[in-house]
Amino acid sequence: MTAPPHPLPAPDTRLTWLDRLRARPRARTALAAALPVGWVTLFLFLPYLLLLIHSFWRLDEHQVIVHQWTLASYRRLFTTNVYPATILFSARIALSVTLLSLVLAFPLAYLLAFKVRRHKNLMYMAVIIPLWVSYLVRAYAWKIILGQEGILNGLLAQLGLIHQPLQFLLYSKWAVIIALTHIYTPFTLMPIYAVLEAIPPSLKEASQDLYAGRFQTFIHVILPLSLPGVLAGSTFAFVLSMGDFIAPQLLGGNDSALMVSNVVVSLFGVAYNWPLGAAVSVVMLMLVVTLLTIANRFEERFNYRGERGGAVKADALAVVVTESRA
Amino acid sequence: MSPPLVELRSVTKRFGDFAAVDDVTLAIAGGEFLTLLGASGSGKTTTLRMIAGFEQPTAGEIWMDGQPIHALPPYKRHVNTVFQNYALFPHMSVWDNVAYGLRMRRVAKPEVAQRVDAALDMVHLESLGGRVPRQLSGGQQQRVALARALVNRPKVLLLDEPLGALDLKLRKEMQLELKHLQTQVGITFVYVTHDQEEALTMSDRIALMRAGRIEQLGTPREIYEHPATRYAADFIGETNLLAARVRAATPGRLTLEIEGQGVEVPAPSSPVTPGQEVWLSVRPEIMTMVDASPPAGHNSLEGTVEEGIYAGSLTRLRLRLPGGGALVLHLAPTGTARAAGAHARVTWPADRGVCLVA
Amino acid sequence: MPVTRGDWLSRALWVAGIAVFVFIYAPLLVVVLYSFHNSRIIAWPLQLGTLSWYGVLWHDRGMVDAVVASLKLALLAVVIALGVGVPGAFLLDRYDFPGKALYQRLVLLPLILPGIITGVSLLTFFTFIGLPLSAGFPLVPGWPVVLGHGTALVSVVVTQVFARLQRLDRFQEEASMDLYADAWRTFWHVTLPNIRTALLGAALLVFTLSLDEIAVTFFLIGRQNTIPLQIWGLLRRGITPEVNAISTIIFLVSVVVIVIWARLMHDPQGARA
Repeated sequence: MTAPPHPLPAPDTRLTWLDRLRARPRARTALAAALPVGWVTLFLFLPYLLLLIHSFWRLDEHQVIVHQWTLASYRRLFTTNVYPATILFSARIALSVTLLSLVLAFPLAYLLAFKVRRHKNLMYMAVIIPLWVSYLVRAYAWKIILGQEGILNGLLAQLGLIHQPLQFLLYSKWAVIIALTHIYTPFTLMPIYAVLEAIPPSLKEASQDLYAGRFQTFIHVILPLSLPGVLAGSTFAFVLSMGDFIAPQLLGGNDSALMVSNVVVSLFGVAYNWPLGAAVSVVMLMLVVTLLTIANRFEERFNYRGERGGAVKADALAVVVTESRA
Repeated sequence: MSPPLVELRSVTKRFGDFAAVDDVTLAIAGGEFLTLLGASGSGKTTTLRMIAGFEQPTAGEIWMDGQPIHALPPYKRHVNTVFQNYALFPHMSVWDNVAYGLRMRRVAKPEVAQRVDAALDMVHLESLGGRVPRQLSGGQQQRVALARALVNRPKVLLLDEPLGALDLKLRKEMQLELKHLQTQVGITFVYVTHDQEEALTMSDRIALMRAGRIEQLGTPREIYEHPATRYAADFIGETNLLAARVRAATPGRLTLEIEGQGVEVPAPSSPVTPGQEVWLSVRPEIMTMVDASPPAGHNSLEGTVEEGIYAGSLTRLRLRLPGGGALVLHLAPTGTARAAGAHARVTWPADRGVCLVA
Repeated sequence: MPVTRGDWLSRALWVAGIAVFVFIYAPLLVVVLYSFHNSRIIAWPLQLGTLSWYGVLWHDRGMVDAVVASLKLALLAVVIALGVGVPGAFLLDRYDFPGKALYQRLVLLPLILPGIITGVSLLTFFTFIGLPLSAGFPLVPGWPVVLGHGTALVSVVVTQVFARLQRLDRFQEEASMDLYADAWRTFWHVTLPNIRTALLGAALLVFTLSLDEIAVTFFLIGRQNTIPLQIWGLLRRGITPEVNAISTIIFLVSVVVIVIWARLMHDPQGARA
């Protein structure tokens, strides 16, 4: 080797405090965890806990929150007809939204995954971009479209299909369902696309090699393998629809009073009853968690490709959402 | 004998209850090419990583050049590693990759340039300094990894199965190149591999590892021709292991009984008693077929031909012994073909058999 | 199978797919078009031809203040989310500790749960500890909303950075230490360059999400509105195409941000060794 003959300096072997820390794993872990765990405990864990605690308090005659353990709020929740009815109503709306989004999202996802050759990424991005545009804007758009003097009515009148503007469109649960479907279809599409994309083309070829036609291949091979994505997408659409309070207020008219989230908003606002509001929130929370757990179980059953050992589905969902938000 | 450069003294590494390395003591001399050979899970890689500093021994000590180094972090040890997947920094050019260690040691810029150029020269990558790792082939990446480690003139170079990802022809070329490099540069190489042929070709000494312990330590010739255990005989090269019983023992010589036939073999290092059950290791390449009686000093066994598998430079002939055991021997391409079912007699020099107790 | 039947299916699929695509985009197009509408009332038919609503927007004091507030809020949210999220991602990727699984779930909750639940939880918290919603005004829109945004968006940073860390070649860091670089220098020279795009992407994401955040902001906002809440107010009072104008601007900004983000995510230098 034609390198300079003098030797390189030997590495310094003295240990600094940092080096010593390296050899003490527990101290290192504590140091690394201090900020992230501390902050999250203070500003996330405590607030959720506090909400739970509030649901076990009650409001007294003077509109003051009494810090006394009681089930009064829950009792009120379950015995007053309004609240269970609201939850059911919201669930039905959310279900409609979920089913509609699925019907719309699946064909497009299938198209993108299997039929688009060039610029696949670009097309996928184009489908996803609206997710990023202000949610408010997208909800508001439907006000313009569905209103009495709105575009839909205007168009239909001009085409001579109707003589009087359709009244039931805006300010009803239909408007809410349509708007929410519009908003959440891309959400539903993402995990379905991700799953379909991951199916190796050799599976389709193998199926056809074994005498299955296109439809049969779809039913027996593609559909079962797409189930985790379908599950993820539906869960998302359902949970988000249940928790939505903007679209109902904008477009729901009188029906909006029947949506769970609007009830919570008013209980924390004009109808001032925080303990009751907290109780309703907790019930909604329980519902969401139960749904996610069930979805998780199903996902483990249908996860034929054995990816990611079915850990908390929500984690996978979250990663899919943020990871594939492009 | 000069003091060893690296010493492992009763080194143990546990992961939970599992002992990946179990009470290993090893002395590595300066300038030697030592290979840690073993199957996966044998502890060879863990041992290497302890020398590098990526794992701390649970018990025992590691000394280098008269200093204890087991408590030092990797960046304070005068040891460098060539990783199995090369671990080149993708965001740096080849040149910057090689210069990395020198820069971390705050070597002056002009000197860095000189040494890096010389290192790239040495691995025949002079013109590729400006490229990025993903623009290089596997073989080229491997050489960058080598240059990156060697440029720092470590006292010991550790190589963790560096040739595993290369195809056969390239691997054989690189084996020779590495060996020549080591002789040329004079640095101690500690090499980890599961490929016993590779180990035989390149090493000055081989430490055969199994279940966290050293099964046998010796030169390639020692291990090949005088394996100490059945495992060693089986792992390195091909061999026939025949169950036998000691018939008679004289100093230096044993008579074994294999399927009723008498066979002579040099006595093993540990004492044996008549009637003891032992194993006989006979390598396929030392056996030949005979039609008449074996020459003097040779053993012989009889059996039936089962099949012959052509393998280019030789044919592997499989014999079934009357007691149920099997023998494989190598026939030269010019040998006469034997039909399946034919009776055959094989013979080998008695001195070249090995008696194994364990 | 006869070719014609296959074609029919394919064609139907394409029609369906395109129809859905149109369904996703048409309403946005409507909003944009009506920002140029030549009348105060938003009705059919569309009368294109004026930029006046953008002018109204420019002079709308309330909206301008809201924009400033939203930007401040978004920037602070990025700082908090990165400051807590990056260490959080490293913690999850490299360390084991009792309650780790619990922590992982907790961090993800704001992403999974409807925003309204996180919103009311934070409201009860800040009320309980006695921090008024307008604390810090006019420097910041309010400390509760700043802390709320930042914390809610920590999840985004954690998932993004964690996913990237998982794909990192661990041997590179070992190689760096083998080559005499200690932990800090290894992080700086080797780890950081490899996760840089993930960090930038996460920051962009947090910024955009913060600008559009409604649920949590709704409950924590003090005196000063953010853009979404200001629009919300406009929507409740009476709609003029001014709303369309600000919406169009938001749309364009969002698209630009997403395109940049996508570029960052598809960075080939990512974590491929």
